[in-house]
Amino acid sequence: MSTRVDEIVRSSQMIGIPKYIAKDFQSDQDVRWCPGCGDYSILAQTQRVMPDLAIPRHKMVFISGIGCSSRFPYYMNTYGLHGIHGRATAIASGLKIARPDLSVWVVTGDGDGISIGGNHFIHLMRRNLDINVLLFNNQIYGLTKGQYSPTSEMGKVTKSTPYGSIDYPFNPVSLALGSSATFVARSLDRDPKHLQGIIKRAAEHKGTSFVEIYQNCNVFNDGAFFQFTEKETKDDSVVFIEHGKPLIFGKEKDKGIRLHGFSPEVVSLKDGKYSVSDLLVHDEKDTTLSFILADMTYKSHLPRPVGIFLAIDRPVYEDEVEKQIAFAKEKRGEGDIVRLLNSGDTWIVQ
Amino acid sequence: MAEKKVRSLDEVTIRFAGDSGDGMQLTGTQFTNTTAILGNDLSTLPDYPAEIRAPAGTLFGVSGFQIHFGSTKIHTPGDQCDVLVAMNPAALKVNLVSLVDGGTIIANTDGFTDKNLKLAGYAQNPLKDGSLDKYQVHAVDISKLTALALQDLNISSKLIDRSKNFFALGMMYWIYNRPLEPTIEWIKSKFTQKPEILEANLRVLKAGWNFGETTEIFSVRYEVGPAKLAPGRYRNITGNQAIAWGLMAAAKKANLDLFLGSYPITPASEILHELSLYKSFSVKTFQAEDEIAGISSAIGASFGGALAATTTSGPGLALKTEAMGLAVILELPLIICNVQRGGPSTGLPTKTEQSDLLQALYGRNGEAPVPVIAAATPSDCFDATFEAARIAVKYMTPVMMLSDGYLGNGSEPWLIPDFNALPEIPAKFVTNPEGFLPYSRDEETLSRPWAIPGTPGLQHRIGGLEKEHLTGNVSYDPENHDKMVRLRAEKIERIANDIPLAQVEGDTEGELLVISWGGTYGAIRTAVNRQRQKGSSVSHLHLRYLNPFPRNLGEILYRFRNIMVPEINLGQLIRILRSKYLVPAIGFDRVRGLPFKSVEIEKEIEDILKGKK
Repeated sequence: MSTRVDEIVRSSQMIGIPKYIAKDFQSDQDVRWCPGCGDYSILAQTQRVMPDLAIPRHKMVFISGIGCSSRFPYYMNTYGLHGIHGRATAIASGLKIARPDLSVWVVTGDGDGISIGGNHFIHLMRRNLDINVLLFNNQIYGLTKGQYSPTSEMGKVTKSTPYGSIDYPFNPVSLALGSSATFVARSLDRDPKHLQGIIKRAAEHKGTSFVEIYQNCNVFNDGAFFQFTEKETKDDSVVFIEHGKPLIFGKEKDKGIRLHGFSPEVVSLKDGKYSVSDLLVHDEKDTTLSFILADMTYKSHLPRPVGIFLAIDRPVYEDEVEKQIAFAKEKRGEGDIVRLLNSGDTWIVQ
Repeated sequence: MAEKKVRSLDEVTIRFAGDSGDGMQLTGTQFTNTTAILGNDLSTLPDYPAEIRAPAGTLFGVSGFQIHFGSTKIHTPGDQCDVLVAMNPAALKVNLVSLVDGGTIIANTDGFTDKNLKLAGYAQNPLKDGSLDKYQVHAVDISKLTALALQDLNISSKLIDRSKNFFALGMMYWIYNRPLEPTIEWIKSKFTQKPEILEANLRVLKAGWNFGETTEIFSVRYEVGPAKLAPGRYRNITGNQAIAWGLMAAAKKANLDLFLGSYPITPASEILHELSLYKSFSVKTFQAEDEIAGISSAIGASFGGALAATTTSGPGLALKTEAMGLAVILELPLIICNVQRGGPSTGLPTKTEQSDLLQALYGRNGEAPVPVIAAATPSDCFDATFEAARIAVKYMTPVMMLSDGYLGNGSEPWLIPDFNALPEIPAKFVTNPEGFLPYSRDEETLSRPWAIPGTPGLQHRIGGLEKEHLTGNVSYDPENHDKMVRLRAEKIERIANDIPLAQVEGDTEGELLVISWGGTYGAIRTAVNRQRQKGSSVSHLHLRYLNPFPRNLGEILYRFRNIMVPEINLGQLIRILRSKYLVPAIGFDRVRGLPFKSVEIEKEIEDILKGKK
C-alpha cells in the first residue's frame, strides 16, 4: 500500500544530496529585522551549519509562531510555515508525526515559546519528537515594541511595567529540563563558532533538541547579555560546559566550579588550595547534574553556564507511532476499508 | 400455564432508566443491536448525566436510554415512551413525564427502598399508593430474582447487583419477542477473561427471559415486524462512529494517510477512541495537550500531505478559532468536526443543542469564510464527513462538519455504502517546479496547489501574514489585501456550483415551508409528514449545506407564504435566512438540551396554518 505522500517521499530520496554552501539556504526575501539585531547572526550561523547536515533542503521545514524571531522561516530556502502565536511547536508536532522523513525545526522566542506557547513547549519536550527548537531569548517583547517577557529580570522597567516588573523570570533551560527534554543547550548570538557547534549537535540529536540562544534586541533591550558576550566581561561571567571536561573559566583560566554538597561554588585555581582535579567535570548524560548546572543561571555569584546541559537518548515519539502501526499491521494485516464497513453485527434486507 | 397472547405493533418506544451505575446504556445498546438485526428501523437516544458515577439513587444521577423501533420508517427516538423500565424511584420520577398515558412501567421493586424513595423525594412508595393507576405497572423483584439465579455461584453481592440489568434485558427480549443469541454472543466475547462474570450475566439474561415466559405477570407479548428498508446490507451505527469511518473512507478515496489531532471532550471523544483503533489502516491519532494543539497539529500534518482532521465540541471549537483562521489563509485542507452540546461555556456537556451554527459560520477574526456542512442523522454523519473531506481537498480549505450530542450518541440502522460507488476525492500534489507559484489558482475552483515538503525544488514559505496573490510572499499592499480577501471568499462561494440543489419534500409551493438543519431533521420530517397526511399545505426543506447555501434556496423560499425555522437555539439559521433572503420567517426555539418532539413541531405548524402566529 502506498499513498500519494509515499510517492513524494520515494522520489525525493532518489535525488542525491547536493553539495550545498550557506548561500543555498538563503531565500529570495529581503531580511527585515532591525539593523544590528542579534537575529542576523543566528540566521547566518544556521545557514552556515545547514550544508554540514547532509539533508536536502527540500526535506527541511522551519516552523515558527509570532514575534521577531518567527520571521526566520521566510529567510530560509527550505519549506517554511509561519504559524500563529505560541503554536509552532504544536504545528511542528503534527507535521513530524505525519512525516517522520522530514527535518523539522521550530524557531521561537521567549514570548512565543514559553509565554503564550508554554503549554505546547513542555509537552513537546516530554514527548521527545525529533524536532529542533531554537529559542531566541532577548528578555523583551520586541515585535509589540517593548513589554517585559517571561524571561525579563525582576524590577525591569518597560512600557507595561513603569514601576518595574514584579514577575519572577523563567529560566528556559530549567523549564526544558523540568519538562524531561533529552537535549538542552544554551548558546550566544555573539559567539558564532559556539552557536554553530551547538546547532549542529542539536540537529544531530535524535529526539527533541532545545537550544536557548541569548539574543540581543538592540532596540528595546540593548545589552541585556553583554556581560556574557562582550570581551571585557565574558571570560569571568561565563563558564562553557563541555562533556568530560572540568568547569574552568576566567580570563586567566584560573577559576573553576566545584560542588559543595549539591551546590556549585567558585574556587580559585591560583591560591594552591584547589586544583583542576577538585573541579566538577561535566557529564551531559547525567540528568541530575544538568539540573544543578541549569540552576546556576540567575545566581550572581556564579558564572552563567553556556553549552550542552544534557544529551540523552530516549524513545522518539514518532518512531513509537510507526512501531504501533507496524505492529497492528503485522497482527491484523493491512486495513481493508470495505471489510471494516461491513464488519460487526450486520443484516441483509432483501 | 395459559398460552400467552401475541399482539402486533407498528412501532414502540422503550426507555430504560436507572442509576448511572446500573448499566442502562449497555442494556439499551444490546436491545438496539438485537432489534436492528431483526430488521426493524430504529432510532435511539442515550440520555445520561455529566457525572460518571453520580451518588446512587439521586435524581440527577439517573441515566436513560430510549429506543424507538418499528416496522415503519423511524425518524426519531420517540417523543414519548410506551414502556418505562425503572430500576429505582429516581428513574421513575425523572422519566414519568416521558411516558404516554396508559403506558407500561416495569419497576424493580427492590430498588424502591425507603432510602431511595427519600432520595427521589417520594413521601410514599408510588408503586403502592395508587398514584400510578393510569399506567400498567409491573412490579418485579429484579434484584432478588437476580440474586436467586446466582445463588450457587460464589460471587460477590456487588457483582450480583451489577448483573441485574441483564435480567431486565432478558425480560424485555421476551416481551418484545427478540432472540437472546446476539447478546449471548456479545457476553461471551466481552467476558472471555472473566469466566465468573460471563456465567453470571448469561444466567441472569436467561432468567429474565424465563421469568417473562413462566410467570403470569405479563399476559401479552408483542411482535414488531421488520421495516421496509431499502435492500442491502445494514449495520447499526452511532453518529460518532460514522464520523470516524467517514474520515477513514475519505482518506482511502483520496489515497492519503489520515491524521487526527484531538483533545478529549464530551460528546466528541468517541471519534478519537474509534480512530485510535485503526493503526492497521495507517491512521495516526494524536491526543494533543489541548484543543489548540489538536487543530494546530492537524494543520502541520495537512501541510505535510495528510488528510487531517480535528474533532471537538463547542468549548473546544472556541479555542480552535485562531487556528481555523490560519488554515483559511494557509489554504490547506482540514476537516473540523464539531459535535455540538449545550452552551454557553461548559453548559450541558452531555446534552444536545444546535447553538454553534453562528460560531461555525463566523467565529473567526477577519474575513475567514469556511464551508459548513451539518449531518441530519447518526448514519448521515458518515456522508457529511466524507463530503466535508471532499470539499476540503478539492478547494484547499478547512471545512466545518457539524454534528451534535444527539446524533453523536444516537444510533440507527445504516445501509452500508458500496465503497467503490463513493465519490472520488481528487487529492493532487504538485511536483513540477516549472512555473510553480504557491498561491496560483485553479480557474474553476480557485484552489491553490498543494505542494508538500519533501518535493524537490518546491521549497516555499506559507504563513498567517497576508499573502501576495500568486507568489504567496508576505504583502502589506492594500489592493492586494482587498483582492485576496475577495478571492478567499469567492472560492468558498463557488462551492455552491459543486453541491446538490436544495430539495423540497412535499409540494414545491404553498402555505408553509418548514426548514430544518442538522439533527432536528427526524423530528421535523415526522411532524411535516403527519401534517401532510392530515391534508395540511406544508412542505419540508432540510439544509445540509449551511455555507454556501444551495443556489436555488432563495427561489424556493419565495414560493411559500410562510416559512418556519425550528432550531434548538434562539434562532441562528433564521437570522441568516432573514438577512440574506429578506423573508419574514417564523422561528420556533426550544433550548432544553433535548431533541425536538415531533408533536410540538406539529402543534406549531397547526398554529401557523391557523394564522395564530
